[in-house]
Amino acid sequence: MGALRWGVGSVATVAVYAALFLYAEAQSVVIGLLVGAVVAMVMASRFDVLARVGESFARHERALDRLTFAACIAVAALFHDQHFVLLMLATVLLYFVACIGLNLQFGHTGVVNFAGAAFFGVGAYAAAVLSQHTPVPHLAIIVIAGAVAAVIGSVLIIPVLRTRGHYAAMVTIAFGVLFKTFLEVNDTLGGPQGLKLPGMSVFGIPFNANIALSDDAEISFYMHYVVLALLLAAGAYSLSRRIERSWIGLNLDAVRLDETACATFGIDVARWKIVAYTIGNALCGIAGAVYAMMTGFIAPNNFTFGDSLIMVSIILLGGVGNPRGVMIAAAVVLLLPEKLQMIQEYRFLLYAVLVMAVLLFRPEGLLPRRLRAYFPGGTS
Amino acid sequence: MTAPLLVCRGLTMRFGGLTALDALDLDVLPGEILGLIGPNGSGKTTFFNVVTGVYAATAGSAVFAGADLTRLTAQAIYRAGITRTFQRSRLALPLSIFDNLMIGNHRRLDHGLAFNLFRRVALKAQYESAVDEARTLLATFSVPLATRLFEPASAVTMIDRRRIEICRALISRPKLLLLDEPSAGMTHEETRELMDDILLVRGRMPGLGIILIEHEMNVIERVTDRCAVFNYGKRIAAGTYAEVAADRDVQQAYLGQE
Repeated sequence: MGALRWGVGSVATVAVYAALFLYAEAQSVVIGLLVGAVVAMVMASRFDVLARVGESFARHERALDRLTFAACIAVAALFHDQHFVLLMLATVLLYFVACIGLNLQFGHTGVVNFAGAAFFGVGAYAAAVLSQHTPVPHLAIIVIAGAVAAVIGSVLIIPVLRTRGHYAAMVTIAFGVLFKTFLEVNDTLGGPQGLKLPGMSVFGIPFNANIALSDDAEISFYMHYVVLALLLAAGAYSLSRRIERSWIGLNLDAVRLDETACATFGIDVARWKIVAYTIGNALCGIAGAVYAMMTGFIAPNNFTFGDSLIMVSIILLGGVGNPRGVMIAAAVVLLLPEKLQMIQEYRFLLYAVLVMAVLLFRPEGLLPRRLRAYFPGGTS
Repeated sequence: MTAPLLVCRGLTMRFGGLTALDALDLDVLPGEILGLIGPNGSGKTTFFNVVTGVYAATAGSAVFAGADLTRLTAQAIYRAGITRTFQRSRLALPLSIFDNLMIGNHRRLDHGLAFNLFRRVALKAQYESAVDEARTLLATFSVPLATRLFEPASAVTMIDRRRIEICRALISRPKLLLLDEPSAGMTHEETRELMDDILLVRGRMPGLGIILIEHEMNVIERVTDRCAVFNYGKRIAAGTYAEVAADRDVQQAYLGQE
């Protein structure tokens, strides 16, 4: 058990599948691939392949993490001249960063946040204002946007600490709706028309210019954003793992599972909720800032309650508390409607059905979280 | 005579019109096992909740090792050295047995953000000594259980869960341990085993005071040094088991008025 080849095989399979899926144009091929994926998942769980893959990931985590990173680069390289595919890939990676933040809040600490898209939006608007009106370097803008999202999120800390369950959900829903309304009526932030942003430029490299390879071949300018998003995703993943595998991760779990019991063992419930909430919102803000500079245009309609729900459904689908599951789910949820045009209109219906099916048949998500191993890979 | 570990004077807890604890006086000495008995609803668990800071007392005082803890938070009371188990097991079942023990070990671990995120080598050293300690402590209760440190707490039997809960309360080396009906839902045989474990622990941790809520009179008779009887939030008797059992008020509380 736990042989490296199972992990390598699964990463390779997912990468090849992702490439095929991104390549497919004809609707019949797309549907065929989807059916294939469902059948493969069912077979894999029946023949214990999933368990072996999971074991392999637990044993050889570092090597497989690097392989996953390399696989992402390989898929991006394959589509190096296709703007739209690279845009989608970068979007998936940025949503992954934001969802890692929400996962720290909800999956680990049990703090519900139905305003993920609003904090994403705070980061996006912060980036828009800073890049238009100040000479702050763009990398610094990303950091500042994360800080702004965390600070604005702190407005909600008192109501979030005082409420639980449905009531806490209501507080964040209200914030998300108010945020969008605030943007729509605020003329300095562009009102309903939104704001334009210049493309990023880092260390003198203009992100919005294609990279010429030879006279007739070039790499899409979106590759810059894919690389940046991939680095951020790797950073967020590593942060999330380090938090999980430390006494902090234990405190967050303890707070989620039983507030009264953990208070009698000295755990400061409010402190850990604030820590998770702040880090989570900052990650949403960081992702939003890059997203805004990548698309070059943002409007209130990019950051609706529906978008927040998409983020929550990514976490529920992927596996609450498991960053790897979040990655897969982010890809599924965001790529599916782009590829299957016929469901564009019905995508919320589809997500609802998917989430309900997962909650019914696999309540811990597609890839359930494993027990905490503080220092995985060793023998203990 | 040694100074008492815990001194409660006039401790009162009211919930609206209900007086759950009524001007309670109670002392606990270091190293003793004090049995707490009384009919259901007589205020035993409420007493634990007040002493551990889950509820704030309406009136009166509880002084622990010379410091007033009546107005302290649950967290501060834990740091002062009082830990407890719960009547209905409150383990974090999805987490590993080790994780559950570490929840109880909170005050002896470093929770700084920088330490946990960036000083992984130092964290690993702390982690390894904690694993050793957890294993040793569990092994005093049950050697097979100690080998299952990294299995989920949900995977073990009821008696093992109780043992884990007691170890979670003991690992931070408290001065006073509150056990809320540790034998609830267990067979006589299991109860005997658990009580033997508790006596063993007491032998190894001199000075540790224990308050034990228990309904089984033979258990009380066997393990406690003294007991106190509660009825309607009042302490109606205190003394050795024999003295208390002979008390008329106690007999009335249990058997009813003639």
